[in-house]
Amino acid sequence: MTFADDNFAPVPRTSSGGVLSSSGGSLSSSGSTNLGDILERVLDKGLVIAGDIRVNLLDIELLTIKLRLVIASLETAKEVGIDWWEHDPWLSGKSSELQLENERLRARIEGLEAGNGQREVIEARRAEPEDVD
Amino acid sequence: MSTDDVAVWLYAVIGGEVADDRTGELTGVDGERVRHIDGGDLSAIVGTVHLDEFGEEALRRNLENLDWLSVTARAHDAVISAIARSGPVLPVRMATVYLDDERVKELLNTRRQDFLAALDLVTGRDELGVKAYGDLAALAAGGNSAPQPAGEKRSGTAYLMKRKQQLTAHEKAHSAAAAEAERVHATLLRHAVDGKQRPPGEPAVTGKRAWTVLNGTYLVDRNRVPTFRAAVAELQETTIGIELEITGPWPPYSFTGDVVSS
Repeated sequence: MTFADDNFAPVPRTSSGGVLSSSGGSLSSSGSTNLGDILERVLDKGLVIAGDIRVNLLDIELLTIKLRLVIASLETAKEVGIDWWEHDPWLSGKSSELQLENERLRARIEGLEAGNGQREVIEARRAEPEDVD
Repeated sequence: MSTDDVAVWLYAVIGGEVADDRTGELTGVDGERVRHIDGGDLSAIVGTVHLDEFGEEALRRNLENLDWLSVTARAHDAVISAIARSGPVLPVRMATVYLDDERVKELLNTRRQDFLAALDLVTGRDELGVKAYGDLAALAAGGNSAPQPAGEKRSGTAYLMKRKQQLTAHEKAHSAAAAEAERVHATLLRHAVDGKQRPPGEPAVTGKRAWTVLNGTYLVDRNRVPTFRAAVAELQETTIGIELEITGPWPPYSFTGDVVSS
C-alpha cells in the first residue's frame, strides 16, 4: 500500500455556509462548492440532448442518487454535530418526553391501584373491632 | 484497447470562432484531454472516454456510486466552468455520450438554430443561485406565541399544551417563511433577466439545520451582478428569520434547457 494514492481524492461535501456566503467572484468549480449544488445543475439542468448512449437520469437512478445523498449528508451532518432529529420525539424512535411522561403515569396508576387495595384491607380490619363492641 | 471501446462525452456547445483558444489544456471526466468538434459556426466541447467506464451499462452502475458521481460531476462542471470563463457556453447535461465525432457533427447541424438562439440568450450573462434558509425559532417568535412560564410543572397535560403551541408556532413559521420567500424571489427577479424557483433541496442534503424555503436561480446580466448581490444583501437586512446564501456565478445551466429541449 502506498500513501501517494492518486485515486483517493476526498471531496469536501458541505458548504462553508455562512450568511451571504459565496463561492467567489469568478466561475468556480473548486472543491469548496457544495456537491448538492453541482449535482442539482449537472444532472437536472443543462442542455438535455438525446445522446447515442441512453441513460435516463430522471428515472430510477436519480431517485437512488438522491436517497444516497440524503444518507451521506446525514452522516456528514452527524460528524459536525448536527443531530437534532435524534432529539426530536416525533422523528426519533428513542425514549421521548412523551413516552417518559406515559411511563410515569402508568407507574402512578399502578401505585394508586396498589394503594386502594391496601386501604380496603385496613378498613376491613378497622371494622372488625366495631362489630365486637 | 481498440477504438471500438471509446465514445464521445459532450460537455458543452459554444460558438465556433475561437474554439481552439477556449479548450486550452483542459482535462475531462476520464482524465482525457478536452477537445472540440467543429460544425459551421458552432463547436462542441467533447472528450474521448472509455466505454468500460462511460458506456451505458457502466453509467447505470456508476451513477449510483456516490464517490464516482461526485468526482465525475465535479470534473464535468470544471470543464464547463473553465469554458464559461472565456465566453458564452451552453452546458450539456452530464452523461450525454455519442458513439463518434460524426454523430456530434450531425447534432450541431440539425439543432443549429436552437443552439444559436440559446447562445444568444446566455451571452454576457451568468447564473446566480440564491437560497433562503428559514430559522424556525426566529420565524415562530415573529408571531405572538405565548412565552412559557418558568419552572412549569411537567405534567402530561402541560406537555401536550406545549406541544400544541409548538405546532401552531410551526405553522405560523411556515407561512411567514413562504411569504418572505415570495418577496425575495419577486425582488430578485427585478434585477435579473429571468429566474426560476427550483424545488428546495432536502434539508439533509444541504447539511443545514434550517430548512430551505427558497431555492431560486437567476440569469443576470454580467454588468448587473454587483447590483444583484447588493439586492441580496439588502434583502438579508430586511428579512427576519431568513438566512440568504448566494452561489455562483455558475455557467447558465438552468437557462439553456427550455430553449432547445423540444
